[in-house]
Amino acid sequence: MRRRAFLAAASLALVPWHGHAADSAALEAAIREAIGDAVPQEGGIELRVPAVAENGAQVPLTILADSAMTEADHVRAIHVFAPRNPTPGVASFHLFPGLARAEVQTRIRVAEEQAILVLAVHADGTVRRASAALKVTRGGCLA
Amino acid sequence: MSGTLPGTPRLRIPARARPGEVIELRMLIDHPMETGLRQDGSTAPPRDLIERLEVRRDGALVFAADLRNGSSPNPFHVVFLRLERSAEISVTWTDARGRSARAVGKVQVS
Repeated sequence: MRRRAFLAAASLALVPWHGHAADSAALEAAIREAIGDAVPQEGGIELRVPAVAENGAQVPLTILADSAMTEADHVRAIHVFAPRNPTPGVASFHLFPGLARAEVQTRIRVAEEQAILVLAVHADGTVRRASAALKVTRGGCLA
Repeated sequence: MSGTLPGTPRLRIPARARPGEVIELRMLIDHPMETGLRQDGSTAPPRDLIERLEVRRDGALVFAADLRNGSSPNPFHVVFLRLERSAEISVTWTDARGRSARAVGKVQVS
């Protein structure tokens, strides 16, 4: 019983409550919906975001995954999550071999300081993972 | 498909390219991308999102995006295509109500 209480306290400490931020269960659900039971491996993706974004409603994000983009070997999907936004889902991109490289540039909303998470699903089913931390001067979700 | 999105869809691509050249596709549409979650004291505008972006080369899908709450207002996307021959590029944005907007451009490859 003491152990259970300790674990509960520990998990609360690890996942602080951030106002409207999506909870870790919502993030986990969004990740599972995107990649199923696949276990992501770190690396193989270059992320470009500003270290500090002035306007959280328009944060430029460039994703470049390592891939030849051939029929046999290409990135099939790129999923983007903002774990501390009110809802973690940002976008899912679907890529086809006609693309020159597995690169997508977009703009995202960021509510508060956090690490943007990106998962790249390859044609052979492997999933690579990368994250990039950034700060925002003015949050872009609730105002 | 039901109706047209009010925003102006824009596709910027080069008019000409050499065989095998990589071209940049820049796509932009004006749209508020309202999540319905706003809490700035005003009456929160109802949810109004473009949910899907599709890019086709001569009718074949080469890129698609499912956009969610974290995508910015006035969605802007850039991808890169390698062209071996002249092609027609078409981009379609579709919102949650099924309204859509389309931009088309041609690249002469020689």
